[in-house]
Amino acid sequence: MIGRATAARGKLRNRAQFSPRRRVAVVCACLALCSLALVGRAVDLQLIDNDFYRQQGDARFLREIPIPTSRGMITDRNGEPLAVSTPVESIWGNPQELLKVPDRLPQLAQALGVPADLLVRKLTQRSDKEFVYLKRRMNPDEARAILALEIPGVFSQREFRRFYPQGDALAHVLGFTNIDDRGQEGLELAFDDWLRGTPGAKKVIRDRRGRIVENVDLVRPAQPGKDLTLSIDRRIQYLTYRELKRALLETGASSASAVVLDVDTGEVLAMANLPSFNPNAVDGSARDAHRNRAVTDVIEPGSTMKPVTVAAALAAGVVTPGTLIDTNPGWMPNGRYRTTDTSNHGVLTVTGVITKSSNVGAAKIAQRLSDEQFYEFIRRFGYGVAPHSGFPGESSGVLMTPSRWSGTTKQTMSYGYGLSATPLQIAEVYAALANGGRLIAPTFVKGQRNEGRQVLDPQIAHEVMKMMQTVTEPGGTATTAAILGYHVAGKTGTARVASNGGYARRYVSVFAGVVPVDNPRFSMVVVINEPDPSRRGYYGGSVSGPVFHDVMQGALRLMDVPPDDIQTWLAAQAKKQGTAKPAAATTPASAAGGQP
Amino acid sequence: MTLRILLALLLAANVATAIAVVFARHEHRQLFIRLSQLEKARDNLNIEFGRLQLEQATWAESNRIDQVARTRLGMKFPETSDIVVVRP
Repeated sequence: MIGRATAARGKLRNRAQFSPRRRVAVVCACLALCSLALVGRAVDLQLIDNDFYRQQGDARFLREIPIPTSRGMITDRNGEPLAVSTPVESIWGNPQELLKVPDRLPQLAQALGVPADLLVRKLTQRSDKEFVYLKRRMNPDEARAILALEIPGVFSQREFRRFYPQGDALAHVLGFTNIDDRGQEGLELAFDDWLRGTPGAKKVIRDRRGRIVENVDLVRPAQPGKDLTLSIDRRIQYLTYRELKRALLETGASSASAVVLDVDTGEVLAMANLPSFNPNAVDGSARDAHRNRAVTDVIEPGSTMKPVTVAAALAAGVVTPGTLIDTNPGWMPNGRYRTTDTSNHGVLTVTGVITKSSNVGAAKIAQRLSDEQFYEFIRRFGYGVAPHSGFPGESSGVLMTPSRWSGTTKQTMSYGYGLSATPLQIAEVYAALANGGRLIAPTFVKGQRNEGRQVLDPQIAHEVMKMMQTVTEPGGTATTAAILGYHVAGKTGTARVASNGGYARRYVSVFAGVVPVDNPRFSMVVVINEPDPSRRGYYGGSVSGPVFHDVMQGALRLMDVPPDDIQTWLAAQAKKQGTAKPAAATTPASAAGGQP
Repeated sequence: MTLRILLALLLAANVATAIAVVFARHEHRQLFIRLSQLEKARDNLNIEFGRLQLEQATWAESNRIDQVARTRLGMKFPETSDIVVVRP
């Protein structure tokens, strides 16, 4: 332009009427206009349409990508890991790019372990997309091997997978997570917000092929999930599960549950259910086994209700532990039916009613109470009210209000029919009896102590405990549950399974107990559904009692609970030494006799 | 005269700050790369730790301990009558 301008000037030198000054002014004006136009355009780009252009630019290369973060660990009360997230790699591909290199697809298919035609079909179906998972949750080493093939359009992405070292023993309590690491069942679901981390985000510049060229900015840092310490004790849990499994095999039962509570704090120390499942490989097939029966399934408490009936009568002041109850002739009318005992126990004290588990006795004790009195009392103990343990899907059981009672309801309820509760609720009730009448809502989290409320006079609670102690002593219904060296208070229960408005010839065998009686530590409920009567019978004492014995004996040792019944222990030891000594004396003699 | 000196000074200052900006930007990149590396190292260590914890938990699985103690080591549970009560 400048060249042209000087040339023009040379040509125009002859024409005097054009002053060079004016010419310069014109050119300057032209240039000024040009630059003004440029400035105007710049203003248009930079100020007016700035957002639009920036967006367009960013959309082409700037990406906000998530920073994955791990889910918090779940540990037992001693810090042993129960659920751990560990990283896995998910291989993903860009179909548009992959389809450009069809000759490498068979190689990729082989590495992924899928048929080549299937992979090609999958990619062509999604040929308009830029993202497709090829294989999720792989071992990082295998994923690295696939990436090492350097097939264009194949990338990996870090994800986390949950592992449960305890496997099926704790499957129901912990639950499991889905493929996106979100809680689906159990405590994984209940504490999902707490355990789940918040993925962070960062801005990166990506090239056309999806590779990260530069980290630009950290939008927000990833917040890893918080750890959760449960009240579960891994060792007691395993013991409970093992013994329950053994009992299930021995009795031919269809399902079983057991709960161990810490009496003082209401903490759940163990909770096991059968049948169980493997939480490390959840499939949709065995949905029934996923249920935490101890919390969701209600049973009629059967005779385990009797201590509550007796406590109600004691609290109302209508009986004392020594009051005589005539249970002759071993049955009494109950509307159109009969309330019957296993045999005629004759005249029993109130304690005897518990020891022998007399239905007639319990019914006669309940007769001394008004409907309202009885209802209010058992309601206070948490029957018909959800225990608020924080477990998802918790049942509250069924307790009808007196207005809906028929003439026989109170009598039926006095020995545990006509109302229902979960094993956890029953354990809670027994813990309350052991805890001086203080009902504490169960919890699964260590140190989260619920205050509880006083539902019974401590003196009466103690009396009921002493009555229940006779159940495991000679003459009681659950001598199988007795533990040498400890006083055990407990109650058996055998309920017929309610079905179609009647009761089937199928049974639920229950044992609920507390140990040790002096300064109680554990409250445990064992529920075994539908034991085969031809094996070990169906009574709570013979089916569920041994489980209680085996688990509690181990738990007392594990938790260093001092024995409260040294006398019996010493007596048993003396007896053993008494029998061992003659044996020891005879052995050398017989050996000597054998020598010649 | 003073104006010229001022101009020269400003010019020099301008060049200096421009270089400083470039330098700071370079520094920022370097530090960001270092940060990324350290974060990656931290993540890898955390992951390794988690994996080791998992491995430990798998080895210490109650059922396995039970089996090993019973079969390989021939251990058994003492009967209650085998336990001697020592009174203080």
